[in-house]
Amino acid sequence: MATAAQRRIKSVSYAKYGYIFILPFFIVYCIFSLWPLIQTFVLAFSENGTRTPAIIGLDNFKTILATPAEGDFKALGIHESFWDGIKNTAIIWVGNFVPQIALSLLLAVWFTDLRVKMPGKGFFKVVMYMPNIITAASVAGLFLSLFGDSQYSVINIMFREGEEPWKIITSCWGSRILVMFIQVWMWFGNTMIMLMSGIQGINESLFEAAEIDGANSRQTFWRITFPLLKTIMVYTLLTSMIGGLQMFDIPYMLHTGNVVNDYIKTVAVFVYEMFHGNFAKPSFGYSGAASVILFIITSILGALVFYVQRDKDAIEKKRKQKEAIKEWKRKQKGGGFSI
Amino acid sequence: MSKVTYASDKGGYQAHVLVKSAAIYVVLIVLTLICLVPIWILVVNATRMHNDIIGGVSLIPGAHLFDNMKTLRENSLYNNFFAPLTGMRNSLIIAGLCCALTVFFSGMTAYGLVVYDFKLKGPAFVFILAVMMVPTQVTAVGFMRLLIQLNLLDSYLPLIIPSIAAPAIVFFMRQYMLSSFPLDIIEAARIDGSNEFRTFVTISIPMMKPAFAVQAIFAFIQKWNDYYNQSLVLVSGKKTQLTMPMMVQKVISIDRNADYGANYTAIFLSIIPVIVIYLILSKFIIGGVAAGGVKE
Repeated sequence: MATAAQRRIKSVSYAKYGYIFILPFFIVYCIFSLWPLIQTFVLAFSENGTRTPAIIGLDNFKTILATPAEGDFKALGIHESFWDGIKNTAIIWVGNFVPQIALSLLLAVWFTDLRVKMPGKGFFKVVMYMPNIITAASVAGLFLSLFGDSQYSVINIMFREGEEPWKIITSCWGSRILVMFIQVWMWFGNTMIMLMSGIQGINESLFEAAEIDGANSRQTFWRITFPLLKTIMVYTLLTSMIGGLQMFDIPYMLHTGNVVNDYIKTVAVFVYEMFHGNFAKPSFGYSGAASVILFIITSILGALVFYVQRDKDAIEKKRKQKEAIKEWKRKQKGGGFSI
Repeated sequence: MSKVTYASDKGGYQAHVLVKSAAIYVVLIVLTLICLVPIWILVVNATRMHNDIIGGVSLIPGAHLFDNMKTLRENSLYNNFFAPLTGMRNSLIIAGLCCALTVFFSGMTAYGLVVYDFKLKGPAFVFILAVMMVPTQVTAVGFMRLLIQLNLLDSYLPLIIPSIAAPAIVFFMRQYMLSSFPLDIIEAARIDGSNEFRTFVTISIPMMKPAFAVQAIFAFIQKWNDYYNQSLVLVSGKKTQLTMPMMVQKVISIDRNADYGANYTAIFLSIIPVIVIYLILSKFIIGGVAAGGVKE
């Protein structure tokens, strides 16, 4: 028998609160992100060199994507610097993500392993997360002081005294590997903590049961931790991909003087420099076109990841549904006896 | 017979764990050094004079931190744009407000999506998933144009208000709530006569504290370090308006006549507040993450 209060609650519809709770998000998102996104698309088809550009059609995309006509050096420069940006972004992202996820997962598993008694665990976690909290500008400054081209950078004082200094920052692979290293250095602690929170979200009794049943570390990892960590892993991959395409701070700031190093100039730096480099006469059009291309790449990658993820969820759901039906049937059968 | 086998197995097992622990420790110590040595060199060099620094590397701090700070204050190469206290104040205003808004409204949005059933719930979530993929950089050009049109350049508003809408954090909080938030408790609160908003603030937020704490810290760090948007909006670069990352960026790009002691000290000053805040909050991160919400 339901009480009066329970009956009242059943009859009230709470749907409107759902709308109220999500409303602020959507208002702000529409003004500060969705509208700018639409504007970006409009600007992609607009002219360059003015703050109030008129629409000119597909020219910006042609300049960026197709090889421009011979002798058109300005267009050629923009074309090449866009493609270099794509290439550099891809190289640096892969070189930073692969070691980072491997290291973070390994550490997260170690830190959450019930069997390994680890005094000082808290200290290690605090230290490993620390690089992440430091502002990218400071990190860039720090690594410039350590690995810079100047004869007075730490590495050149140590190893090249009285000789020609190493020029890592202006070299091609030197600067790229340095950026990869900095990215891993800054982010592995963050990824590790996220993965750890995922592992700790797994019911502890599963690990205990596995241990009692004699599973070794490897079995526990592949049979329990890894499958249950999938959601967090996909989230990590997702955010890292989004982050990779956004990679800006370190590549943009890892230099002295005013010119960004070409070998580490990412797409994000290209977009930024086009509309911000000459602020009186911004090239909104080229920036917009590159942004639209970036948007398409991100959407495809994102859709792919979601497709993989969603499919598995649906399969799991179906399996559970079948089980629930079985369970229900079993209970119905048993029901006769219980009275 | 079986007992003996068991005992020797146990011995082997313990030896195995011991070897493994030792190996783990070696790796951890190496990683710790990689994390700390660059920062230590920074601290050491911030306390040494220019001539000492270019003379050789040292791991022992000097005694010239205040001389270097004096150089930062008096040398026009630096004091035109570097004012650490102003920079910290500005960064704190932006990051603090952003962090509070992000966490509160993301939690609220996630709560709305998890707790209530309404017609547009599915589409709303799909929308959030879809826009989660959109990098800031993609909207930056349009954002810039919007700011020019609304005359919002050189204002803090476009740095703070947009943090109400953080799709990735909403997504994370929703996943967290789905996996570990008992919906029954809301029903119970309703029966006790609590209104929906109050239930969210006084019951759900405390229960979601681990997720909120972690997201708050991440949000704060991200906003404090957000050079991109700050340099986008604060175009005229007035010293009174600059944030810490922008000031440091200007210091490190000095390529001629740089005083190395002053350079290191500027970077050192820029990391001091975040490291102090971090050491206080690290308990929150590690404890909050370890608590892991509601146990089954």
